[in-house]
Amino acid sequence: MIPELGHFALILALLLAVVQAAFPLAGSLSGNRPWMTMARPLAYGQLTLLAVAFAALTQAFLTSDFSVLYVAEHSNSLLPTIYKVSAVWGGHEGSLLLWVLMMAAWGAAVAAFSKNLPLTVVSRVISVQGMIAIGFLLFMLLTSNPFERIFPVPADGRDLNPLLQDPGLAIHPPMLYMGYVGFSVAFAFAVAALIGGRLDAAWARWSRPWTTVAWVFLTIGIMLGSWWAYYELGWGGWWFWDPVENASLMPWLVGTALIHSLAVTEKRAAFKSWTVLLAICAFSLSLLGTFLVRSGVLTSVHAFATDPSRGLFILIFLCIVVGGSLALYAWRAPEVSDGGRFSLLSRESALLGNNLIFVAFTVLVLFGTLAPLIYEAFNWGKISVGFPWFNKMFLALSPFLAVLIGIGPATRWKHDEPVRMLKTLWWALALSATVLVISALPVFSTNTLWVPVGLALAAWLFFAHVAIVYERLRNKGGLSRMGPAILADLRGGGRSFYGMVTAHVGVAMFIVGVTVLSNYQLEEDVRMAPGDSYELAGYRFEFLGAQQVPGPNYMAQRGAFNVYRGERRVTQLFPEKRAYMGGGMPMTEAAIDPGLFRDIYVSLGEAVGNGGDWALRLYYKPFVRWIWLGAILMALGGALAVSDPRYRLAGARARKSAADTAAVTA
Amino acid sequence: MAMSKSVRYLTPLIVFAGLVVLLVWGLGQDPREVPSPLIGKPVPTFSLPALEDPDRTVSDADLKGKISLVNVWASWCNSCRAEHQALMVLSEIPDFQIVGLNWKDEATDALRVLQLTGNPYDLNGYDPDNTVGIHWGVYGAPETFVVDQEGIIRYKHIGPIDREVWEQKLQPLVAELRARS
Repeated sequence: MIPELGHFALILALLLAVVQAAFPLAGSLSGNRPWMTMARPLAYGQLTLLAVAFAALTQAFLTSDFSVLYVAEHSNSLLPTIYKVSAVWGGHEGSLLLWVLMMAAWGAAVAAFSKNLPLTVVSRVISVQGMIAIGFLLFMLLTSNPFERIFPVPADGRDLNPLLQDPGLAIHPPMLYMGYVGFSVAFAFAVAALIGGRLDAAWARWSRPWTTVAWVFLTIGIMLGSWWAYYELGWGGWWFWDPVENASLMPWLVGTALIHSLAVTEKRAAFKSWTVLLAICAFSLSLLGTFLVRSGVLTSVHAFATDPSRGLFILIFLCIVVGGSLALYAWRAPEVSDGGRFSLLSRESALLGNNLIFVAFTVLVLFGTLAPLIYEAFNWGKISVGFPWFNKMFLALSPFLAVLIGIGPATRWKHDEPVRMLKTLWWALALSATVLVISALPVFSTNTLWVPVGLALAAWLFFAHVAIVYERLRNKGGLSRMGPAILADLRGGGRSFYGMVTAHVGVAMFIVGVTVLSNYQLEEDVRMAPGDSYELAGYRFEFLGAQQVPGPNYMAQRGAFNVYRGERRVTQLFPEKRAYMGGGMPMTEAAIDPGLFRDIYVSLGEAVGNGGDWALRLYYKPFVRWIWLGAILMALGGALAVSDPRYRLAGARARKSAADTAAVTA
Repeated sequence: MAMSKSVRYLTPLIVFAGLVVLLVWGLGQDPREVPSPLIGKPVPTFSLPALEDPDRTVSDADLKGKISLVNVWASWCNSCRAEHQALMVLSEIPDFQIVGLNWKDEATDALRVLQLTGNPYDLNGYDPDNTVGIHWGVYGAPETFVVDQEGIIRYKHIGPIDREVWEQKLQPLVAELRARS
C-alpha cells in the first residue's frame, strides 16, 4: 500500500509541476499577480509530495519489501541498516527520485530565501524549475518507476552492489546531485533573465550565491568520489578519467568559470551574455552527464543498467531544455550591451583568462570523453583516449592557470599599472623563484622539471595571496593590528574576499599534492609469505598472514601487517578482501594509515599457492591528503563567500548597484 | 555587422545540434558489442615476440587447430586486474587455450603482474606499440576475441570477463565450437 502511495505522490508531483511551469510564468508575462503569487506555495507543495514519495521508497527498503522490484534488485535482508538507506539511491530509479527531490528542495529554498527579489523574477525562476521537473518526473513515471511491483515476490533481494556498501559512497551521490541540481537554479535565473530581457548586474547578484552553493556541493561530491576510489578500488589512484568522472568534472569546470564570470557581471556589468551562456552550459553539462551515464552510449565502470528507450527519452529532454534555452539565448542575447571597457592589465582580463582556460578544459574533457564515439562516427578507426592524453592536456594548460590565479586578485578592475602590481607582488615572485631554484637542486634528485615547476607555482599562489591579504589590511591599520583587522573584516563585508583567498590557497594545496604524489609515490606489487618483511620508503612491512573473518553479508580474508619505522611500530594494518553473499566480484578493502604528509597503503591482491602466500600491493603515498584537503579548502572558501552579509541585503542594494553600473556603462 | 553578430549568438545552438546528431547516432550503437568487422573472418596475420622470451614468436599459426580466447591486456589496466582471477579459473579448463596480447605495456611490468598473480596464458604476444592490436581493431583493454579451430574470429567481447559474461556468452559459444569439430 505504501509503495502505491509513493507512486501516487509522484503522479501528483507531475501534475503540480505542470501548473508550476505554466501559471507563474504566464502571470509574470501578463502581469497577473495572483498567478505569480502561486509560485511559492507550488514550490513548497512540490517538495512535500516528493518527500512523501522518497519516504515511501525508504520505508520499502527499511522493511525489506521485496515485492517492489527496485528494492528486490538493490537490497537484501542481510544488508546493514545504513546501507538499506543509502541503497535507496543505489540504482537508476532511486537516484532519479533523489535527483527530483533535491531539485524540489532547491526550488523551495529559492521560494523561501527570495523575499527581496521582485515577484516577477521569483515566479519565472520557479516556473523554469517546474519545466525541468516535468521532464524528470515524466522520465521516471514512463521509463523508470521505482515503485513497480514484482510477482511472484522473491524470497530475498539481489543485494546492493558491494562497491556501494561504503560510508563514503553513501554520501557521495547526494552531494554530487546537490551540485548538479543546484546549477538548475543558476540556469533558471539565466533563463528567467533572458525571458524578461533584463540581463543586468542585479541578475548576477541574485544568482551568484545560489551558483556558489551548488559549486560547493559539487566540489565536495567530486572530492568524496575521488577519495572513495582511492581507498575502495584498491588501486591507490585518485582520478581515473572515467567517462562518469568526466561527466561530473565538466559541470564543475564550467561552474568554476561561471562563479568567476558572475563576479565580473555583478561588479562591472560586463561579460553579461557570456555569463548567461555559462549558466546555461553548466546545467546542460549536468544533464549531458546524466545522459552519458544512463543511456549506454559510453562504457564505464559506473554505468547504470542501461536501456536505449531511456537514452532516447533523456536525449529528447536534453534537446528541449538545452536547445530551447540556447535558442532563447540566440534570440535575446544580441540585445544585451557588452558592458564596460577594460584594458589588457585589469581584473576583467585576468578573469577572462580564467574563463578561457576553464572552457578549454571543459572542451578537452568533452572531446576526450566522446572521442570513441566521434572516431567511430567518422570512421577514423578506434581510439581509446586514456589517462596519458588527459594528463598531458591538463598539465599543458594548468601552469598558465596557476600563474593567473596569483595575478588576478591582485589586479584592479578596469585598469592597473604593472609597477603598482610589482610593488605588491615582488616578494611573492621572489619567494616562488627561490622555491623553483631550491627544489631543482640535485640534492632532491627530481627527475623531471615538473616537481620544481609545480612547487614553485604552488608557492607563487600561496605567497601572492598572502601579499594580497597584506595589501588589503595595510590600508586598515597595518601589520601590527593584523589579527583584529581580519576579524573586523570577517564581520563586515570581507567574507567573500577571504573565501576567495581560502579557495585559492586550496588550489595551491591541490597542486602540491598532485606534484609530490605523482613524482614521489612508491608502489610495489610483492608476493609475501606469513612472517615475511618488506622494506619500502623507510618503512618495514611485516606480513603476519591472512585469515577468514565473517562479516554481516560477506566473508572476508583479512590480512594483518605490522609496519615499523626503524625499531618503532608505526601502525598495524588489516586489509581485507571480501566475497559478498550476493555474488559478483570480490571487493578489496585497502588498509590505510593516513597522515598529513604520507599515507601507508596496503591492499590484498590474490592468494598465491597453498602456503598462505599473498600477492600484495604496498604503497607509499606522500602528500596524497593534500589533494582532498585542497578541494575541501576550495569548498570552504565557497561557503565563506556565500555567507557574506551583502548577499542577504541583495534586494535593497541590487537596485542601487544596477543604477550604478548603468551610470558606469553609459 | 548585425548579421555576423546574430550568427555569433547562434553558434552555441549549432554546436549543440552537432552534438545531438552524434549522440543520436551513438544511441543506436552498443559500445559493449561494437560489431567488429573481423567477426567471421580469419585472424589477421601477425607475428610478435613472446612476452616471456623475446626470441620466441607468437603468430597467427598458433591460433589454428585449437579454440582460442585471445585476451588483450596490460598491467596498467584496472579492469584487467579485475578480470585476472576469472582468467585464472578459466585457464583450468582444457577445452581451449588462452592467448594473451600484452598491449601498449612494458614487458617488465607485465611479467611482474604474471609472476605475482599467476599466469593464465598459454601464450603471450608482446605488442608495446599497438602494431598488431591495430589490425585486430583493439579499442581498449581488456578485450577478448573467441577464435575457432580454423583461426576464424567468432566473437569479440569488450570489457572484463566475469562469471555472467562467461556463462551467458563465451561458454555456450565454446561448447558450440567444440561440438562442431
